Amino acid sequence: MNAVPEGGADVARAPRRRPRLRLINATVSRGGALFLGTLPFAAVAVAYLFASAQRLAVNPSDKLLPSPAQMWSAFLDLATVPDKRSGDLILWADTFASLVRLFAGVSVATLAALCLGVAIGFIPRVRAFLLPFVTVVCVIPPLALLPILFIALGLGETAKITLIALGVAPVMVRDIANRVMELPSELVAKAQTLGGNSWTMVLRLVLPQVTPRLITCVRLALGPAWLFLIAAEAIASTEGLGYRIFLVRRYLSMDVILPYVAWITLLAVITDWLLVRLSHVISPWAHPVQDK
Amino acid sequence: MSRIVVHGLEKSYGDARVLERVNVTAEAGEFLSLVGASGCGKSTFLRILLGQEQQSGGVVVVGDRPIVPQPTTQRGIVFQRYSVFPHLTALQNLLLVEDFRSGGPFGRVFGVRRRNARQEAETMLERVGLAHARDLYPASLSGGMQQRLAIAQTLLGRPQILLLDEPFGALDPGIRVEMHELLTELWTEHGMTVVMVTHDIGEAFKLGTRVLVFDKVRHDRQFPSAYGATITYDLKLDRKNRASPQDVAKVAAMVGTTRPDSAIATTAS
Repeated sequence: MNAVPEGGADVARAPRRRPRLRLINATVSRGGALFLGTLPFAAVAVAYLFASAQRLAVNPSDKLLPSPAQMWSAFLDLATVPDKRSGDLILWADTFASLVRLFAGVSVATLAALCLGVAIGFIPRVRAFLLPFVTVVCVIPPLALLPILFIALGLGETAKITLIALGVAPVMVRDIANRVMELPSELVAKAQTLGGNSWTMVLRLVLPQVTPRLITCVRLALGPAWLFLIAAEAIASTEGLGYRIFLVRRYLSMDVILPYVAWITLLAVITDWLLVRLSHVISPWAHPVQDK
Repeated sequence: MSRIVVHGLEKSYGDARVLERVNVTAEAGEFLSLVGASGCGKSTFLRILLGQEQQSGGVVVVGDRPIVPQPTTQRGIVFQRYSVFPHLTALQNLLLVEDFRSGGPFGRVFGVRRRNARQEAETMLERVGLAHARDLYPASLSGGMQQRLAIAQTLLGRPQILLLDEPFGALDPGIRVEMHELLTELWTEHGMTVVMVTHDIGEAFKLGTRVLVFDKVRHDRQFPSAYGATITYDLKLDRKNRASPQDVAKVAAMVGTTRPDSAIATTAS
């Protein structure tokens, strides 16, 4: 009994107070994280609704801040009512045209990044040959090339796809090359002691090791890719999400522009999520199950 | 199962000389333990044997011809870190050996060869006690299990020389003893020549048939990197009577270990 330290009972009875932790150590519960994460969205929505209601109260035909109902009906029109002139459902025709361009451009860039990046990163001679060139190409602003592309390749799809590919590929090539050069030299040495040659090491060591990084690269490249897509469509196109936004800008049709921006955002978020899933499926080793 | 002859080996990085006048001959089937203070060049020596680095002077002959300055299947290696391929499961890591050996355009073998390779890989997993972990990625294996896998993988490559670069340096003492037993058994079974770099004097004496100490014999106070290390002590051990505590204490003193007692204890275990 004497072994119980004095004041032991007080300690047991003391109210359970949360210890004051430093900001960097105070973690957030799941519910708390959900709440905090929703706040900025809610704040923007409330601010918009308030401002829109105010403007519409003063002038019911105001076009700058349309009400959600107006935007929804405009969006629904574009999605379900065939265009009088072409007979297309405009939203879907635009989405299809834009996604084809986006994915064609990004696919070309990804393929280039993989081939060139692996070659530059793995083979010293190719590195000496191409790395300075790629490094310089990287700093050319792609939008400055747009007129050249339109002049050289015409106003068709080729120029737009080329712009996207040229815009995102150089950075991806450098990133993949860096990742390959960062492969532990121990792994490369070991692969050679097991009989690997340059080609089989690319297949069995380098490609699997850079795949997760490549997918991350594509995710990061999709941002600039959308930028180049919309820029190209704004200048010379007859359909596409970017084209539509810039077309209706002339009529101040914010009821179309805002839903279109939201739609593009949604498409981008879905693509990003799919790529994350893809990485988990292809490279499970790179995503070890986290302990709770 | 080849002899190694090193003659007049030198290695410099720019002005800094790491190794000089290294001469050693190892008969087939010997187990060389390399010890020395940190940064004395023993790992550099091992990397030259591996072919990962090229010597600045001298010759290294393995078997009957000088080695080419790139890693080959003649010499297997187990590193302390990054010793297995993280993107492959335990079984796939072992299957990779046959895939690489085939050298085909797909870097993969098919059909009967694959079935045989699988059989051999599973036997080897069983042998090193990893049968239960065959479908796990290295990230979910403990340090000891990863090193066992690495040794199994290297042995499947049937190297003539097995190079070990502080293979057990990152393991707990208990696991280390298990690994010593496994390595000794495998060395007895396969009979290859082994060259092991270690910081652990006890381990060097316990496993090796020969202990080589790397140290500098010449010193320049104004320019410490003017001279490199060489082999200053070469002790052959009798298979039956292992090292005497005096020998262990002597080498421990040369290397500058602060705990000669623990080294002597490891040797005795």
